Amino acid sequence: MSTVLDNVRSALAARKEKAPYPAWEDAEVVSTPKLAQGSLVDCFSANMKAVSGLVMHSVAEVEQFLAQGHHLHGYCAPELAEVIGTKLGAGITFSTDFDEACYDDYTFGITRATAAIAESGTIVLNDRDTSCRLGALTPWVHIAVVEAATIHRTLGAAIAALGDDPNTIWVTGPSKTADVEGILIQGVHGPGIQIALIV
Amino acid sequence: MPQPIDTFAANLPAGTRATVLDGAEAGFDMRKSRLHGDYDNVDRLRKLAGDIKQHTLDHLDEYLEKAVGRMEQNGTQIHFATDSDDARKAVMGILRKANATRVVKSKSMATEEVHLNAYLEENGVACVETDLGEFIVQLDKDTPSHIIKPIMHKNRRQIAETFEKHGLGDYNTDPQTITRRARAHLRSRYMECDAGITGANFVSAESGRIVIVTNEGNARFCLAPAKIHIALVGIEKIVPSDRDLGLFLNLLGRSATGQQLTIYTEFISGPRRDSQPHGPEEMHVIFLDNGRSRTLATDCREILRCIRCGACQNVCPVYRQASGHAYRHVYGGPVGAVLSPLLAGEKFADYADLPKASSLCGACNEVCPVDIPIPDLLLKLRNKAHRENVPSPGALPMQPFAKMATHPSLWRLAMRGGAVANLIPDSVKLPVPGLGTWLQQRTLPEWRGGKFRNWMKHRNGKNS
Ligand code: SF4
Repeated sequence: MSTVLDNVRSALAARKEKAPYPAWEDAEVVSTPKLAQGSLVDCFSANMKAVSGLVMHSVAEVEQFLAQGHHLHGYCAPELAEVIGTKLGAGITFSTDFDEACYDDYTFGITRATAAIAESGTIVLNDRDTSCRLGALTPWVHIAVVEAATIHRTLGAAIAALGDDPNTIWVTGPSKTADVEGILIQGVHGPGIQIALIV
Repeated sequence: MPQPIDTFAANLPAGTRATVLDGAEAGFDMRKSRLHGDYDNVDRLRKLAGDIKQHTLDHLDEYLEKAVGRMEQNGTQIHFATDSDDARKAVMGILRKANATRVVKSKSMATEEVHLNAYLEENGVACVETDLGEFIVQLDKDTPSHIIKPIMHKNRRQIAETFEKHGLGDYNTDPQTITRRARAHLRSRYMECDAGITGANFVSAESGRIVIVTNEGNARFCLAPAKIHIALVGIEKIVPSDRDLGLFLNLLGRSATGQQLTIYTEFISGPRRDSQPHGPEEMHVIFLDNGRSRTLATDCREILRCIRCGACQNVCPVYRQASGHAYRHVYGGPVGAVLSPLLAGEKFADYADLPKASSLCGACNEVCPVDIPIPDLLLKLRNKAHRENVPSPGALPMQPFAKMATHPSLWRLAMRGGAVANLIPDSVKLPVPGLGTWLQQRTLPEWRGGKFRNWMKHRNGKNS
């Protein structure tokens, strides 16, 4: 066994009193003001907007947003190509194959969200459901497709549902920094615009 | 007696002091409005989180073993490092084996603690910091001055100069322009990297998951193109179960930056599966001791509960005036005043002044999300220094005084010779260690030594 573990053991050997694990209820850790909006979709939407995320409800809305911002070429996860990608008009094109050599050519990325969290306005991306990590990360606009039925009420519930996927990432708004004099800037390494398309 | 930290604070340029003060105050305000706006049981949650961490530390042998077992089952390769040197070599060993020479790094205090970057550079590994603040620190060959905001001590003009100097565009002080330039510059570094190095905010013993949080998305970006992931993790980062993570994540974001949740919260329990085209095929976790197990055996063990939120730094009146660099260690502020001397071990004396740099106002304890009784720990460390007769750095050596005081002839000589001091200009450095520092904040009055003895002698003469 390792020296580190041995050192920890001997550090604790002389200890007579050891703190027990405290009892606590899941409800204590829930922020109730964050869940005051009514339905889970409403709570999720309000909380996501509070962290500068955008919530949309139709492909037409997404299309309009992309066209207005001149985000005309992007990546779309293969499983979403038919239901979303091909429905985008207005001269918008997409690829279902993320070519790493051209990562900067994709101005938007459409990928599937595994779930969402109402309490915090968070999108949950499991590796299994995210066709590729870079497609949800390098484009300026990320559109996560969230099925309304998958929204968890609380962070605790989302943790309980982590499952056996080796990688889960929670995304709570666009990429941000306040490193320069505390001034908030969006879009540091990840998307500058984070959209949830609720279906 | 001024300690080195006082002297550093006294010499801090006014501009830097103002920048640090603004940054710390803003951090404090955001924490308060978010945490207390979202919860009406803040103190209960802080106490609860502290109790869970204390329980984990008191059973760290069991939890560490459990975490390691789960991680190995998950396909993660585990390494242990007893000290900095071990940790650096472990990282280098993994990189060598994989022929990895290009590394991207996500902000990690543990890697700062073991001075990893310099070592990697010496060994031919190009290692790029990707957190915006850490990237700027690296360009400047500086060190971070705050746990969460590494460049709290810099203003935008200094950053603009740095970018200009390093060919990252013309002089421009606009924070958005600075950020966009860093974005453009770092993208190719990520895409070309061989390995990504991170720390971890939490480790769940139950599932073997590590949790990494960033606001910028840089850890995620490090872990998309990279084929190898190395996480350097202090052994105190363990919590018993996944359920505990919910509590800690809720407290961390709110305490650190006044966010309900840090933007990117990544849960990783092993290398990627074949169905996912991006992400490391190899995952290594290096558990770092580096003084932690020794600290666990002391009566200051509560400091190991720390989740590195920086709230105690923001609230501390000494930190606000002195800045993080005054603490001369990667961990500044109240947490650093306790942790640095403890982690230093045999070099305790080098940091023995830090526990004294506090008014014991108690604010650090009140904001701490894991309820660490920092003022009590500072007092214990002061006592330790006193008990063990540890001289503080900056203290004047007392042996010459002791010798003079016990030898009357030497004393008389010194009194007569003392007048020479009046002839030495203030600007001349005296060859007594510590005295120079002391004099930086003081001017000596004119020497009038020896008069008392004279007076006594004549007085005695009169009386007899
Ligand atoms: S000691 Fe407490 S307040 Fe300070 S950084 Fe650690 S967790 Fe945060």
